[in-house]
Amino acid sequence: MFAAAAAGVIVSMALALIRALAGPTLWDRVLAVNTFGTKTVLLIAVLGFLAGRPEFLDLALVYALINFVATIGVLRFFEAEAVRVRSGASAGGAATREAGAGGDA
Amino acid sequence: MIALDALAWILTLGGLAFVITGSSGLLRLPDLFTRLHAAGMTDTMGAGLLLAGMAAHVVRGIFDGDTELWMVLVRLVLVYLFLFFTSPIASHALARAALDAGVRPWRSGDDGMTSAGAAESDEPSQGGDSADQGEAR
Repeated sequence: MFAAAAAGVIVSMALALIRALAGPTLWDRVLAVNTFGTKTVLLIAVLGFLAGRPEFLDLALVYALINFVATIGVLRFFEAEAVRVRSGASAGGAATREAGAGGDA
Repeated sequence: MIALDALAWILTLGGLAFVITGSSGLLRLPDLFTRLHAAGMTDTMGAGLLLAGMAAHVVRGIFDGDTELWMVLVRLVLVYLFLFFTSPIASHALARAALDAGVRPWRSGDDGMTSAGAAESDEPSQGGDSADQGEAR
């Protein structure tokens, strides 16, 4: 049972990795990496049961925490940079949404 | 015990179906926001069912007399609760950041990707090609 689960999770991780490499935008990559991290949590948990060592769940918990903090951190970084770029150089940007651009940043 | 084993199998295979469906959706759907929907499904139903399958396995072990396994059950619940609360937060933050950066939602008339923001006005045309290759694969 757990071997099948591990194989399926690994396959889906490969699919998420293809999306992370293919892009096309930055946000798609962030989403794919976030999904990849969630599946890594599942994979660690499943492998722990597969090896008969459920203590691996502690690692899964820590990995879930790191994954969440990393995603939010990357998002905040690029959000701030997008605001800076738009307010500075590109006054005549193509399809920018001017209203609410600052958000609560 | 047979019932718990069957339950563990059903929950694990169901979670696996959700995980793989979410991943193929992440690969095939046309733009960021639809992909967010697929990824969110992976995070809630897929992870939830997989962890529930593991919990059924642990409950079977407890009934077999290994009372030490209670702590494993607690950890499974903790992992699920953490994913349950952080996954929507991350999805929401990602959607809002992308919308603020100028990514437009996909409409049924578009093919492939929509235009991205001013910060990356050069990238989408190249990226659209690679996305098409990814779908053809």
